Amino acid sequence: MPLNDTASAGEDTLIQLLSPSGVRRENSDYDRWVADVDGPALQALYEDMVVVRRIDAEATALQRQGELALWPPLLGQEAAQIGSGRALREDDFVFSSYRENAVAYCRGVDFTDILRVWRGNASSGWDPFTINMATPQVIIGAQTLHATGYAMGIQNDGADSVAVTYFGDGATSQGDVNEAMVFAASYQAPVIFFCQNNHWAISEPVGLQAHVPIANRAPGFGIPSVRVDGNDVLACLAVTRQALDRARTGGGPSFIEAVTYRMGPHTTADDPTKYRDANELEDWAAKDPISRLATLLKSMGLMTDEFVTAVDAKAGDVAAKLRAGCIEMPEPEPMDVFKHVYSTPNSWLDRQQENYGRYLATFESGPAATEGSH
Amino acid sequence: MSTMTFGRAINAGLRRAMEHDPKVILMGEDIGKLGGVFRITEGLQKDFGEHRVLDTPLAESAIMGTAVGMAYRGYRPVVEIQFDGFIYPAFDQIVCQVAKLHYRTQGAVKMPITIRVPFGGGIGSPEHHSESPEAYFTHTSGLRVISVSNPQDAYTMIQQAIASDDPVLYFEPKRRYHVKGEVDESVDLAATSMEDAHVVTQGSDVTLVTYGPLVPTARDAAIAASDDGLSVEVIDLRSLAPIDFATIEASVRKTGRLVITHEAAQSGGLGAEIAASITERCFNYLEHAPVRVTGFDIPYPYSKLEFHHLPDLDRILDGVDRAMGRPNSLSGLER
Repeated sequence: MPLNDTASAGEDTLIQLLSPSGVRRENSDYDRWVADVDGPALQALYEDMVVVRRIDAEATALQRQGELALWPPLLGQEAAQIGSGRALREDDFVFSSYRENAVAYCRGVDFTDILRVWRGNASSGWDPFTINMATPQVIIGAQTLHATGYAMGIQNDGADSVAVTYFGDGATSQGDVNEAMVFAASYQAPVIFFCQNNHWAISEPVGLQAHVPIANRAPGFGIPSVRVDGNDVLACLAVTRQALDRARTGGGPSFIEAVTYRMGPHTTADDPTKYRDANELEDWAAKDPISRLATLLKSMGLMTDEFVTAVDAKAGDVAAKLRAGCIEMPEPEPMDVFKHVYSTPNSWLDRQQENYGRYLATFESGPAATEGSH
Repeated sequence: MSTMTFGRAINAGLRRAMEHDPKVILMGEDIGKLGGVFRITEGLQKDFGEHRVLDTPLAESAIMGTAVGMAYRGYRPVVEIQFDGFIYPAFDQIVCQVAKLHYRTQGAVKMPITIRVPFGGGIGSPEHHSESPEAYFTHTSGLRVISVSNPQDAYTMIQQAIASDDPVLYFEPKRRYHVKGEVDESVDLAATSMEDAHVVTQGSDVTLVTYGPLVPTARDAAIAASDDGLSVEVIDLRSLAPIDFATIEASVRKTGRLVITHEAAQSGGLGAEIAASITERCFNYLEHAPVRVTGFDIPYPYSKLEFHHLPDLDRILDGVDRAMGRPNSLSGLER
C-alpha cells in the first residue's frame, strides 16, 4: 500500500524563524515572542544544543561499551527540545516520553540521573518534584493524560503554571492522546501538547499514522495548533512561549507539532538501515538544527574562537561527568526489589520479602547463615 | 447510630471525606447533576461545587489518566467507574500507571486514588453490567483491593480508602445498594483496618469465606446449615489484596474445612489463591480439600440465566456438604 506522505511534507507551511541555511526570517506573528533573544541568548541556545548532543553521543557510546542496556538517542531533535524546554518556567510541569533528555537538561536534571533507567539501576532517574518533570513514560501517549489531569489541578488551584506534555508522531494514534485532547478542551485546561513529529515510530513512517498533517487534528478537538520547523530552535521557543502565554491567561490548551527528524535509531537496539532510505537522512542532515544556528551566529560575528572553545570545553566536561557518574553509580541491593511497591506495609509482600531474605541468607557464610549450615 | 441504605452509607462516607480534606475530588460519568446512575454521589456536586465533583467526558482511560495527573498535583481523586464491565478501557492506566508509579519513582510520587467500582450481578442487566473483575486487580502489585458487604463497612472503608496513600479499588456490590443497616457515623477510622477480615458468624465445623455481595447469602447459608446441625463460620474478607490470611488460618485450624464462594469465575480466581495459601499455611489441619463455589468460567450470562451462574444459598450448602464429606451433588465422583 503506498503511503500518503502529506503528514511529512509541506515545509513551506511551517513556522520558521531561522532557515536551514542559517538566515533569520522575519515573521510578523512570531518575532515578538523572541524579541528579547539577543546575541548572548542565541549563544546560550547554541551551547545547550551542543551540550545535549554531546550527552546523547556519550550515552550512545556508553551503551556500545556495555555500560548501558539501552539508550534512546535524540540526535536531530535538539532544537525542538531546547527551544520548548527553555520557554518553560520553573513552576511549569513536564510529562514526557523517554526521548526528552534535552528537556530534562533544561529542567536542571543531574546528568547521571538520566542514565539510571538505562543502566537498569532504577525504574526512574529522579524525584519528579525536584525538577517539576515526571520521569520518562514508556507507555506510548499515557503521559498526555497525566499532563491534562495535572493542568486540571492547576486550574482548581487558581495557579498560572502550565503542564506540558511531549510525545511523538506515533503516539498520536493512541486513544490516550486523543482522549487527552477531549478532556483538555472540555475543561480548557492549561496544557500544551508538544508533538515532535520525528517522522519515525521505530520503523513505521509518519505516513502510516496520519494522512494529514498531525497539527490539523487538534482544531477538531477545539484546540488551536501550529506546525513549526522543529529544527529551528528560535521558532520552537517562539511557539512554545505563545502557547504558554495562552495557557497562563486562561486561553486553555494548545497543540504544537514540531516537524523534525530522528537522525539516529529508535533506540540502540534498532537498525534503521532496514527500513529507511539513506537519501532521506542526507536531506535532513542539511537541515541540522545546530549548524544553522552556528551559521547565524557566524554572520553576527558571535562564533568567536573563544566562544567555540568554551562551548566545546563545557560539552566535554559534561560528558566526562556523565561517564564517571554512570560507572560510579551505586549498585542496588537485592532487597531493594521489594521497596516502594506500597507506601505502607503490605502483609502479602512482607511475607515474600521475609522468605526471600531467609533464602538469600542460606548463601552466606558466617553469622548471618542459617543454623543448619554450621 | 442511624439506619441507612448501603448506597446512602457510601454517599455519607464520601461527604465526610470531602469535608475533611479539600483535596478530595470526585470524577466520573454522570456523577454530578444526576448523582451517578446509582445515585451514590447524589447531592455532592450541589454542595461541593463543580470543581470538586467533575462530570467527565465518556472515556474511562482518560478519567483514570487525568486522575493520575491530579494526584501528581496533590489531589486525592475518587473515580467512579460506572459499571464493572466498563473498567477495561482504564485498565492500562490502572495497571501501568496507578499501580506502578510509587514503585517506579522509588516512593517520590504517591497515587492516593480511590477507584469505586459497582460490581457483581443479580440485577437483571444486559452484558457488561454484572461482572466481577476483582482478580485482575488483586493480581496487580501496587494496588489495594477491598470489597464491602454492609452499610457500616461501606461508610467506614470508603473513608479509609480515600485516606490511604496507596491506590485502592473499592468494589461495591450493586445488588445490595438498597439493603439497610445501622451506621455509626462517629466511627473512629483509625480504630479499624480495612485490611482485616471479619468473622461474621462464629462456627466450628467449616469455614466459609466470601466477600461483597455473597456475604449476606453466606450468612443465610450458615443459618440454614445450623438447622441441619452444622456449625458454619462465615468470614467476610473485606480486603481482597492483601487478604488477611491470618484470620482465615485461625478459623481453619479450628474447623479443618474450608469453602470459598464468590461470583467471579473460578479459574485463576481469588478462591484458587485462598485455597492454595491456606493449604500452604495449615495443610496439616485440613480434613478435606478446600472447596470452591463460584461463578462458572463463562462470560457473564444473559439475565434470564444469571441465577444459574451466581452461587446461591443452596449451591453454597452443597459446597459445605462436600467439605464435610456428606452426601452432595458430586457424591460418587472422583473430582
